[in-house]
Amino acid sequence: MPKIKLSEYATTTIKEVCASFNHNEGELINVLHQVQHKLGYLPAEVQELVAIELNIPVAKVYGVVTFYSFFTMLPQGENPISVCMGTACYVRGAEQVLDEFRRQLKIDVGETSADGKFSLNALRCVGACGLAPVVMVGDRVHGRVSPSDVKKILAECKDGCLTHN
Amino acid sequence: MMNTIQLKIDNKELEVPKGTTILDAAKRNGIHIPTLCHMKLHDMNIENKPGGCRVCVVDVKGRRNLAPACVTEAENGMEIDTHSMRVINARRTLTELIISDHPFECLTCAKSGNCELQQLAHDMGIREIHFEGDKSTYRKDTSPAIIRDPDKCIMCRRCEMMCNKIQTVGVLSAINRGFMAVVSPPFEENLDHSVCTYCGQCVAVCPTGALTEVDHTPAVIRALSDPTKTVIVQTAPAVRAALGEEFGLEPGTLVTGKMAAALRRLGFHFVFDTDFAADLTIMEEGTELLDRLQRHLNGDQTVKLPILTSCCPAWVKFFEHQFPTMIDIPSSAKSPQQMFGAIAKTYFAQKQNINRNDLVVVSIMPCLAKKYECSREEFSHDGNPDVDFALSTRELAALIKLANIDFHALPDEDFDHPLGESTGAGVIFGTTGGVIEAAVRTAYELQTGKTLQRINFEELRGMEGIRDATIDFDGLPIRIGIAHGLGNARQLLEDIKSGKSHYHAIEIMSCPGGCIGGGGQPYHHSNSEILKARQKALYSEDEAKTLRKSHENPYIIKLYEEFLGKPMSHKAHQLLHTGYFDRSTTFVEED
Repeated sequence: MPKIKLSEYATTTIKEVCASFNHNEGELINVLHQVQHKLGYLPAEVQELVAIELNIPVAKVYGVVTFYSFFTMLPQGENPISVCMGTACYVRGAEQVLDEFRRQLKIDVGETSADGKFSLNALRCVGACGLAPVVMVGDRVHGRVSPSDVKKILAECKDGCLTHN
Repeated sequence: MMNTIQLKIDNKELEVPKGTTILDAAKRNGIHIPTLCHMKLHDMNIENKPGGCRVCVVDVKGRRNLAPACVTEAENGMEIDTHSMRVINARRTLTELIISDHPFECLTCAKSGNCELQQLAHDMGIREIHFEGDKSTYRKDTSPAIIRDPDKCIMCRRCEMMCNKIQTVGVLSAINRGFMAVVSPPFEENLDHSVCTYCGQCVAVCPTGALTEVDHTPAVIRALSDPTKTVIVQTAPAVRAALGEEFGLEPGTLVTGKMAAALRRLGFHFVFDTDFAADLTIMEEGTELLDRLQRHLNGDQTVKLPILTSCCPAWVKFFEHQFPTMIDIPSSAKSPQQMFGAIAKTYFAQKQNINRNDLVVVSIMPCLAKKYECSREEFSHDGNPDVDFALSTRELAALIKLANIDFHALPDEDFDHPLGESTGAGVIFGTTGGVIEAAVRTAYELQTGKTLQRINFEELRGMEGIRDATIDFDGLPIRIGIAHGLGNARQLLEDIKSGKSHYHAIEIMSCPGGCIGGGGQPYHHSNSEILKARQKALYSEDEAKTLRKSHENPYIIKLYEEFLGKPMSHKAHQLLHTGYFDRSTTFVEED
């Protein structure tokens, strides 16, 4: 079996989160939610420890992680960009917005830029359909985004735009 | 009556107990609604009904939507049509949609002829798939025993249910969603990187060719046609009670004699019996039990009790992964398959004056884990394995068909000597409760010096998942536990660990029913009656034997006289005993 390598911080965090849910396996989704919030992503080793702490097979944890698009096994960029592809956003041109992000960042959906500054994801409805199409950068919501706004949004990000143009 | 309800299915007035599903209500009354994902082994607490495939939909009068029969409870006054135009159209469309994302490999698929999807397509009269589009494709995964071909997975999730709920092994889980959803080990790793025990229960229930066994038949054919090799075969007890099913015989038909005849016609130079090695196992394991018991009674605090049986390789791998702190509790006796191999390649090879490298040992097993077991490193000598190939009951049937042998026309023949003689105790190894009953028959007589008044220990028999009994060893009460199914085994082990249970000896078999329900047996297609019939057959073969106690087997007595000395002698230890390994995930915390 592969050895699990985790930092002490990650180990403590996972154990604390699991303890806060009384190691209840029914809280798996909430546990993963909090662990991802604290550690940024859910690599295999993290899932192994969650499985041990909740006393469930790691196969089940992995099943849940791969089922919900919110969960990620890859580290996210400093500025995680999520383009809503829910029905309302989609019909108002979210796909073109997403394509523009891909073009400018030179990464695909689910990837992180080489310098770790940006990651790009598509997600389902964020509940702001009135603002469609919606883009989230971290916790910040941008509404009625058009492809021409993409450059500005990237430039607004604290560490500047990667595309240099 | 309060506890029954009345309903009409296909214009037939029926009365069924409250709580019955539409599917069961129909089935009880001779109406067979087709199913695909649903699976139920009656009386064995094994059921899979995710209600996912929708093939069993029926028309319920007054309802807007069609109802899945497997998960919809029958209600008083219901009027159900199981074959209206609407139902048939929906069922056909659903079947076509499933097939549209399934490889068209029926001619070459290992499951052809036994595939439930193929059968369904046949029964639905599907002649054309009206849906064209992408097919989901995945990596194939080959392990020492089981092949996963997820392209053929239809997401019925029966394997997941067996692996998690019944066996509590927890390797298989549904992953991803929508079109790319599939059942997989964690992180899409290979089975041989996982805690899989190779019990094969996933294979036993898979409706399609997504899970099949590794085929050893080509290697065996090659060995049989090599003039420099002496090829011998051993057959496990449970095989004789199931092989006939592959040739259309009633479940529970014993085909011991025909099987021996068929093996001889296939070209095996000697046809031997794993039952012989089962008798040998009892000599070693029984002696070990008595040894531990005696030391325990003498106040030795270091002695480990209960002793756990170690015949089942899936069970061995299970405790190596899941209970690494308890690896010194199981008996150190090898399984009958491996004892046979060790004796064949030493004692028998010497008698025949054959170099072990020119002796090929093939075993016929009801089991897939046996393929893995014979590949374990500790069971080989300078790279030459004690057992070269393990065929499943299904593979043997395929070989017999390939060799144009008319199974029904075969005479009954006997096994060869010296490794083919067995007692009734060896035969019942194939069913839950059988190993411990065989051990009790011998241990009782060795311990008390008296002859057993009754040989049948009914209190050890049955199909309950966990059973226990106390056997009176002439004033000394011996407490015995029995578990079949790894989930039940886990429960027994947890009880030992927490100090809750105090047994002297425990028998564990990984498969529900024991080896008769093994992953290499003819497919039971969710019919638990088949397992019960096989069990009955083994007990009847035992009854019919003159010798029914392992220590009375004349060839076992001779083996000890000529070669081994006595049970647990130095030589017996070298050849017939083994050790276990900690296979747990090592958890390393680093900065």
